[in-house]
Amino acid sequence: MPDTVLNSLTAVNLLDKLEKGAISSGAILEDLKSRIADKDGKVKAYVRLGPQIGGVSLGVQDSQLKGIPVSVKDNICTDGFNTECCSSILSGFTPPYDATVIKKLKKSGAFILGLKTNMDEFAFGSSTENSCFGPTHNPWDLDCVTGGSSGGSAAAVAADEAIFALGSDTGGSIRQPAAFCGVVGMKPTYGRVSRYGLIAFASSLDQIGPFTKDIADCALVMNIISGHDEMDSTSANIEVPDYAESLGKDIKGLRIGIPKEYFIDGMDPQVKLAVENAIQRLRSLGAVCSEVSLPHTKYAVPVYYIVATAEASSNLARFDGVQYGLRAKEPSGLIDMYCKTRGQGFGEEAKRRIILGTFVLSHGYYDAYYLRALKVRTLIRRDFDKVFKDFDCIVTPTSPTPAFKIGEKSSDPLKMYLSDIYTISANLAGIPALSMPCGFTKCGLPVGLQLLGKAFDEKMILRIAHAYEQSEGWRKIKPKL
Amino acid sequence: MALNKDTVKYTAHLARLELGAEQLEKLSGQLKDILGFIDSLSQLDVSNVEPTSHILPLKNVLREDVPKDSLALDKVLQNAPRKKGNFFSVPKVIE
Repeated sequence: MPDTVLNSLTAVNLLDKLEKGAISSGAILEDLKSRIADKDGKVKAYVRLGPQIGGVSLGVQDSQLKGIPVSVKDNICTDGFNTECCSSILSGFTPPYDATVIKKLKKSGAFILGLKTNMDEFAFGSSTENSCFGPTHNPWDLDCVTGGSSGGSAAAVAADEAIFALGSDTGGSIRQPAAFCGVVGMKPTYGRVSRYGLIAFASSLDQIGPFTKDIADCALVMNIISGHDEMDSTSANIEVPDYAESLGKDIKGLRIGIPKEYFIDGMDPQVKLAVENAIQRLRSLGAVCSEVSLPHTKYAVPVYYIVATAEASSNLARFDGVQYGLRAKEPSGLIDMYCKTRGQGFGEEAKRRIILGTFVLSHGYYDAYYLRALKVRTLIRRDFDKVFKDFDCIVTPTSPTPAFKIGEKSSDPLKMYLSDIYTISANLAGIPALSMPCGFTKCGLPVGLQLLGKAFDEKMILRIAHAYEQSEGWRKIKPKL
Repeated sequence: MALNKDTVKYTAHLARLELGAEQLEKLSGQLKDILGFIDSLSQLDVSNVEPTSHILPLKNVLREDVPKDSLALDKVLQNAPRKKGNFFSVPKVIE
């Protein structure tokens, strides 16, 4: 087999070839580097692209990932490699330590690319247009967005500029770009994966998760990054099953709920068709699909933009020009240094969210906004608890539309916020969710299917996802670049 | 609830954010729209609902008070915009 196609293979495939001695891990990296050199000028999945791709691996030769390269979002700390959240305020920041997920991947032998993937500044966005480095382009149509905020990771995997990648998901930032770029993306249960070393956006919602080319790779990466971490007091001390055991099982008799609130007016008819076909396929595989109700769905977006911005305004207080990143020149005093540094360093969306978050927490508005939002969050959670008493999984579209054009929504923040309408609830309820390809529009843009599961039951999602994936050929279709 | 330009200006100052006049104007308009949208939550009766601030039943995590290695000083200071000796340097705080 010629080396040039190694970049299009999955980690599982590559490991098999490595095992047989058919290829070397050096060959995989070389192949990936040339693919990036060849295609990233168009896609712009990576930031700070220079002659040095960087990278490091600590693992031993016989460990799980054997030198398989992994691409990492610009908000996950990599010791010695710039991690800037694609924000001017963190310009030049080189973390003095590795995030726990990076440590785990290194230990398992993965090769951590020093090049980081593009994102909306501080993960604030749904299109990767809010990056201080400019937008990433969708490999399926370069005029379209990749989704966001982990758009660089999604596009890198879709364009075969990565074998697999890590992203983070606070309101859909893994799943929505995975849907727009036609790859698999999983947001694990809150607490399943350590957040240590993930630059915080909204601490009660953030989770790190994988972008992969198929479900088997998703299970493989989940096996490595999951588990309790003493460095993250919100990581759950709950045993991690072997996710690979979910693969290859039938789904006969499994009960799948289809929430009627997710099939709304304004949904793209081609998305609707692709999702309905997928549900039909799940039925033909023996699953029992029936309509369910999640009555508080429409309140998820407003709750999210209170809770997430409140937490963000607090988390982003640390960017003040004292310890790292940008410091404004010639301030007249300390307060002026804070105000100028933050005024110059944060982009527009970051400012919008910091002000909104500060406002909903401020004296006189706390009860009306923040506390009320936390109460409605309880109602959203209960909706899921109720459905999961009788169902194994919930299936929905990942996004109401396929990828939109670059610039189409960037001047209207509210319109942009609504593109996360199907993904936000999972973060508010803390449950695991996955997006996978389920077809294409007439224009050739991918459509994503979302699977939601019970807390800590990623296994069930992967089982159903794998059965569906194997019954269809979507993963074999690649963008023409 | 009203979110006028003065409130935005005041809130921006609380958040230690310097805004230009043009930015203030633009943000005020957008934030008003967003807040109007968020106000849909007031339709719900939540008087008997407990708030969810965290999804997991979190408990304090305690450990023995045993010293461990921490980051080396040069690593701690490696990103400092300004430093003096072993310290971060900032403008004068007390006049």
